[in-house]
Amino acid sequence: MSVVVYIESQKGVVKKAGLEIASFGRAIADASQNSLVAVTFNLEDTSTLKLYGVDKVYNVNTKEDIFFNVERYANSIQNVVLKEAAKIILVSASSDGRYLGPILAVKSRAAYFSNVVALPISYDPLTVKRSCFTNKAFNESTTNEECSVISLCSNAYGLKEKEGLAEVVEASYETSSTSLKVVSVDKVTDEITIADADIVVSGGRGLKGPENWHLIEDLATVLGAATACSKPVSDMGWRPHSEHVGQTGKPVASNLYIAIGVSGAIQHLAGINSSKVKVVINNDPEAPFFKAADYGIVGDAFEVVPQLISKLKALKQ
Amino acid sequence: MNILVCISNVPDTTSKINFKDQNEAFDTNGVQFIINPNDEFGLTRAIWLQQKSGAKVTVVTVGDSACEPILRKCLAIGADQAIRIDAHPLDGFFVATQIAALCKKETYDLIITGRESIDYNGAMVGGMISTILSLPYVANCIQMDVEDSNVSLQREIDGGKETLTSSFPIVLGAQKGLVEESDLIIPNMRGIMQARQKSLTVESAITLNQATSVKVFEKPPEKGPVKLVDSNDVDGLIELLQNEAKVL
Repeated sequence: MSVVVYIESQKGVVKKAGLEIASFGRAIADASQNSLVAVTFNLEDTSTLKLYGVDKVYNVNTKEDIFFNVERYANSIQNVVLKEAAKIILVSASSDGRYLGPILAVKSRAAYFSNVVALPISYDPLTVKRSCFTNKAFNESTTNEECSVISLCSNAYGLKEKEGLAEVVEASYETSSTSLKVVSVDKVTDEITIADADIVVSGGRGLKGPENWHLIEDLATVLGAATACSKPVSDMGWRPHSEHVGQTGKPVASNLYIAIGVSGAIQHLAGINSSKVKVVINNDPEAPFFKAADYGIVGDAFEVVPQLISKLKALKQ
Repeated sequence: MNILVCISNVPDTTSKINFKDQNEAFDTNGVQFIINPNDEFGLTRAIWLQQKSGAKVTVVTVGDSACEPILRKCLAIGADQAIRIDAHPLDGFFVATQIAALCKKETYDLIITGRESIDYNGAMVGGMISTILSLPYVANCIQMDVEDSNVSLQREIDGGKETLTSSFPIVLGAQKGLVEESDLIIPNMRGIMQARQKSLTVESAITLNQATSVKVFEKPPEKGPVKLVDSNDVDGLIELLQNEAKVL
């Protein structure tokens, strides 16, 4: 038996979320006395996976399919699941992983647990802890099926190196016919995404207008952080929807979350609850964000942030 | 065009979340229920198709009679008819199987679910319905343009967006972007009056084994008070982030 893990890559290189799910998979494989089998697509070099405890790699070549194709990826992973008689299937809770998870679960007649935040509590039957109510709570859930699919929240487990064999075996690509075609992908490649970022810098209405966003962007640049915003900011069109953080926007699970001029509506706080350290800079000492933050400065963002940027710049040199 | 919009009855976004019965059940005491926001974005987009090209919009939910007020609200917003599948929604697979069974009885060209419900956050019902019915699925859908029998869609991905094309029928996971917050339809008196005359049928559920069971809920640990740093002491903040929090 084995644990099958789908490892995401970009331009032939394993993503950080891919290394995290491999680390998580290794721990599950050890605890459940299984081998860890990875399914990758178009990986140029599988040797990284050796460092993260992968025993076997099915590296699928998708040939003319240059974009992620959910149906064909699911079928290709499903082939490996059958071949390896896997009882546990792991994906990252990324946009592609969360897209695949439920489809893979139905194809494999498996139970599906999304947003899992820790190693399983028990293996017989498989019981996991997952986040619910948009990070306002957790629940423990148990499988009633032979096989289970788990999607792991980003940054919930971290990267843990362990020697593996990473033996590469032949893999086939399932070119099933589907009416759904990906025409193009429009991706900002040189910017760090909220999903991958260790640090996120977020701005709210306190910044008074989109013309002041250089403060957020400059601070993000010096920290190597992704930028985000509150709901009113995206609703007013100051920033794109893709930056909106909160209950109807994106969840953030970074190591450090810096909120500038964000009051901290309950929906926003729910969205960032999984972030480890929260910093707030706001001129209103009554802003609800101060109750949720670890560190705070009561002060004018237009005075504090430029200081922060120049001090951090000096520190980097 | 025949459109089915799947609706989930969820606690209002401002609700305080509490549990009862030794943390085995969600405490609905004092909680206001609303249409799941992601479902409402999808419903609004469906109503646009109804207004533009006369599509028929049906809303469906899986739940007990306590869910009927939100179905009436969907009818007041403009849906043509509502169906309630009478069962306690045990998990996402249970809900998806019930709705897929309905789709086998009646043909829908477009099945819209929300990206995820804001209570269970499963993000699975749309993908599961599509797989049970062997239909294409687009998750995190932020744009849809219908051209005759084809549809062009955008999916939000990490760090960007993806453009896809498909024929009908198709299943979507709606989210903000498909319509804007300001596009949401607030029912007027006429809509509310008309909703009373529209059909809300109750169908019985099919029996199936539960794939997953929730054992217990817990709330995140209480966090300590914020450490305040003087606004003139930016160095102090950097020092704390470096040496105490160890995140810089």
